[in-house]
Amino acid sequence: MNKWMLSFTLLLALPSAATPLSPVEFSDDKLKARYYGLIAELRCPQCLNTNLAGSDAMIAQNLRETVRRLLLEGKSDAEVRAFLFERYGDFILYQPRWTARTYLLWTAPGLLFVFGLWILLRKNRLRQRSPAVLNPAEEARLKRLLDKI
Amino acid sequence: MAKQSVLVPVLVFAGLVILLGFGFRLSDPSYLPSQKLGEPLPEFRLPNLLDESQWLTQADFLGEPFLLNVWATWCPSCLAEHDALTSIRQQHGVRIMGINYNDDPIKARRWLQDLGDPYDYHVIDAKGTLAVDLGVYGAPETFVVAADGTILYRHVGVVTEAVFEETLASRLLSAADQL
Repeated sequence: MNKWMLSFTLLLALPSAATPLSPVEFSDDKLKARYYGLIAELRCPQCLNTNLAGSDAMIAQNLRETVRRLLLEGKSDAEVRAFLFERYGDFILYQPRWTARTYLLWTAPGLLFVFGLWILLRKNRLRQRSPAVLNPAEEARLKRLLDKI
Repeated sequence: MAKQSVLVPVLVFAGLVILLGFGFRLSDPSYLPSQKLGEPLPEFRLPNLLDESQWLTQADFLGEPFLLNVWATWCPSCLAEHDALTSIRQQHGVRIMGINYNDDPIKARRWLQDLGDPYDYHVIDAKGTLAVDLGVYGAPETFVVAADGTILYRHVGVVTEAVFEETLASRLLSAADQL
């Protein structure tokens, strides 16, 4: 039963993952691959958290057509991104640029890694400094406690 | 040592509270500032909605400050703001230019016949090229444009008379003063 439900649920997910919004004609397969790459990585300005490929919003349709037109004009991927950035700003890029506002975002993983490493090393050093040997007073106390049991 | 190990999670927690508190409060995820403020109107050459044999360019719009309104018949909010635009045109004498966005020109002309036409000019932006050049992300949007074509302000969503008085009017006036 569960297996059936699972496969049914997976079936539901299929069309949304691969909806061909409007079949776009390219004579050149390389251009086509770049087109689908770009509309997957550019963000729809109107709908939050959807890329251009996944949105049926009017502006997403316009922008897909814009990307197609620019590619056919022979523009590079970077030029297409720049064209849209000029009009829509950081919002349209799912991969944020390196700016004063985003440097923390980019450096945080590295900083956190170094921080974690530092904590680990420090802990290790502390453990080495206090060897697990009891002094005579502690030894006597341990003995007393054990005798009680 | 024992004291420190209590302090660390407390500090981390406090840090997260501050970070997330600011992060969620300060940033509206749908906030999309116009990239075009302070820039000239993009160049275009598009047919006049009311006379498709005639072409209009950005030069036809310039001369005094005006409102540039992006509208379409498929856009319910555009219907909602139509009366407000009409009264702004009549009461304040503000020039309004229309961009008929991704629309059917026949439906658009019928809409203007039925509801009245407060616009000075309309261009047909059938493929949204001008809208994309303006950084529009949905209709309705209304720009305040200076006499020389500099984009001064963008309002996203329905224009009401309150919106006009609070945000658009002062910008139009100061643009007019600079003439």
